[in-house]
Amino acid sequence: MVLVGLVVALPAAPARADETEAPQVELVLDVSGSMRAKDIDGQTRIAVAKRAFGQVVDGLPETTDLGIRVLGATYPGDDKKKGCQDTQQIVPVGPVDAAAAKAAIAALKPTGYTPIGLALRAAAKDLGTGEAARRIVLITDGEDTCTPPDPCTVARELAARGTKLVVDTLGLTPDEKTRKQLVCISTATGGTYASAQSEQELTDRVQQLVDRAAVPPPVTPATVAGALTCDKAPTLSPGVYTDRERIGEHRYYRVPVRASEELRVSVSVALDRPVNRDYGVLLKASTTNGRELVRGLDAASGRADVISAGLRWSSLEVTDVCVIVSNSFASATSAGAPGMPLELSIDTVAASTAPDAPGLGRGWLLLLVLVVAGLIAGVLAGWLTRWWVATWREN
Amino acid sequence: MHVLLAALLAASGSAGTSYLTATPIDTTHPAQVSAVTGDYLYWSFPAEAGQQPALTAKVTLPATADRHGAQAWTIEVFDGLRRRQPCVAGEQSPLAAPDATELTLGCQIRQVRSWAEPADQDPLPGTYYVRLSSTEIPEQDLGLPLKVDLTLTADKGDTGGDQGTLAAPLTPINRPGTVNPEPAPSASAAPESSASSFLPEFSSRWVWTTTGGVLAAVAGLVGFSFTRRRRRA
Repeated sequence: MVLVGLVVALPAAPARADETEAPQVELVLDVSGSMRAKDIDGQTRIAVAKRAFGQVVDGLPETTDLGIRVLGATYPGDDKKKGCQDTQQIVPVGPVDAAAAKAAIAALKPTGYTPIGLALRAAAKDLGTGEAARRIVLITDGEDTCTPPDPCTVARELAARGTKLVVDTLGLTPDEKTRKQLVCISTATGGTYASAQSEQELTDRVQQLVDRAAVPPPVTPATVAGALTCDKAPTLSPGVYTDRERIGEHRYYRVPVRASEELRVSVSVALDRPVNRDYGVLLKASTTNGRELVRGLDAASGRADVISAGLRWSSLEVTDVCVIVSNSFASATSAGAPGMPLELSIDTVAASTAPDAPGLGRGWLLLLVLVVAGLIAGVLAGWLTRWWVATWREN
Repeated sequence: MHVLLAALLAASGSAGTSYLTATPIDTTHPAQVSAVTGDYLYWSFPAEAGQQPALTAKVTLPATADRHGAQAWTIEVFDGLRRRQPCVAGEQSPLAAPDATELTLGCQIRQVRSWAEPADQDPLPGTYYVRLSSTEIPEQDLGLPLKVDLTLTADKGDTGGDQGTLAAPLTPINRPGTVNPEPAPSASAAPESSASSFLPEFSSRWVWTTTGGVLAAVAGLVGFSFTRRRRRA
C-alpha cells in the first residue's frame, strides 16, 4: 500500500522519452589476479580487455552516460577479508572524458580477489535510482571468490528492488562455474550472457551492449502491487505497469471501463530463475463479483525469457473489471519472495461494432440470381411495353 | 523523438531484447544482427488487414568445434496484445544437428482480418512481435557468437471474406500507467462517423457484384427481346 501511495505522484505524461536523463551504463571489470593469464590470442586477458574498453570509450554514443568500476584491482595481499572489499569506481557515471577514462584504464594491474557480489551492489549504487534506463556490463574471467554474498543472490536483490536495472554479463574464456554464475546473474535481471574467446568477440559484444543501452525502452513502466482479492485491488488507468508475482500466486487489479469501450490487457511474466520444463500463464478478466468475462492464456516449455498472454473485452455499460494474473510455474530454487517480474499493459479504446451483413456479394449463385432476375425483369418490361403500345394505338 | 529516430536508423543492424525494446522492421528493411547463443531477439512489424506476413530467419551457427550437441530453435510471432499467433507455413521449430553450420526458420501467420470478436484470437491489424530464440541448448554452448538474417514479406491477399473494421489497431500503449487515478470525467466516447466505412474497400466482392449487375442488364435486354413480335418472313 505504501508503494501504491508513492506511485500516485507519477505524472502520466506521454512524451517522456524526450525529457528523461541520458541512459546510464556502468562497465564493471574484473582485474583480479587471474586476468594475468595469457590465453586470448596469445595475450593477457587484461591487455585484451583494456584495448576493448578503449575502443568502446572512443565509440561511445554522445547521449550515453558511462562509468567504469573495477574489482580486485588494488589489494595484493592474502587477507581474504580485505581482498573481498576491493572494488573502486575509476570513472564516475556521466558524460565521458575519453582521455581521462583511457588513462584510468591503462593504469590497471591485475591483482587481487573477485568480489563480484560486492561490485554489483556498488555499481547499482553508482547508477542511482533515476528514471533513465540503467545497465551494468559485468566482465569477468572467473567466478566470485568472495561468496557470500552469492553474486546471483545479489543480482536477484537488485532486481527485486524494482530499480529496473539490467545486468549483462561477459565471460572471458569462462569455465563451467563462471558461466553458470554469469548466466544466473543475467537471467535474474533480464540481461544477456555472452562468452568471449577473442579480442574481436569481446570488443564487438561490449560495443553492442553499450549501443543497446543507448536506445532505452520507449516507456518506463509504473510500479504497482496487485492485491490478493478484487475488492482490495489497486485501480489502474491505461498504461504500462510492473509488478512481481510469486509462483502459484494470483494478483488482482481493477480497471474502470466506460460504456462502449474495449478493454485491452496484456501481461508478460519473466522467467528470472531456473524453472521446471513446462509452465504457463493465465490472464483473466472478471466482473467485481467474480463472473469470468474472458481469458487469455499461453503455455510453453523449454528455455524462454518471458511468457505472455493478452485479452480484449468490450463493455456495454460503465463498469469495473477485475484483471487477474496467475501462473503455473514450478521451480526448485527460491520459489518464495520476491516473485517473478511481471509486465502489465492496459489500454482502453473505442469498442468495435460487430459488422452488418455485407453490402456486396460474391459467388456463382449471386450471378445466377442476378441473371434470372434480369431476364424476368426484361420479359416483364417487354410485355408491359407491348401492352402499352397496343393500348396507345387503339386510342 | 531522437530515440525513435535512432531506433529506426539502427533497424537493419540490431534486435531488441524484450517486447518493449523490439526493433522495428518492415518488408524493405531486413534485419541482420550478430548475437550469441541463448539470446532472445525481438523485432516488431506493422501489419494491416488482408496481409499475410511471413518471416524467414537464417541463423549462422557458431563453429561446430565449439558446440556440444543439438540445438532446438524457434521463431514465434505475437500480436500487439502479446497473444501467440500460430504459424500456418514455415519451419517454425527446427533442430540444428551438432554438425550443422546454418539453420533456416520460417513462419507465416494467418491472413490478418479486418475485424474479429473480442474473444477470438484471430490476427488483427496492428503491431506484431517476432521472437527468435533457442528453446533447448547444451548449457556449455551458451554465449557463443552467431549471426541472424531476418526477412519479412507481407503479401496482400483478398479481404473479400471480411466484414467489419477494428476501431483501433492492436498497438502497444507506450506510456506509464497511474495507480488509483482520479476518476476521469466521463467524456462519452463520441461515436465516430462511418462515412469511410459505407463503401467497403476493394475486394473480389466488388468484381462479383459489378459483373452480376452487367450480366443482369444483358439478361434484361435478352428477356426484352424475347417479347418482341417476330417479323414474318
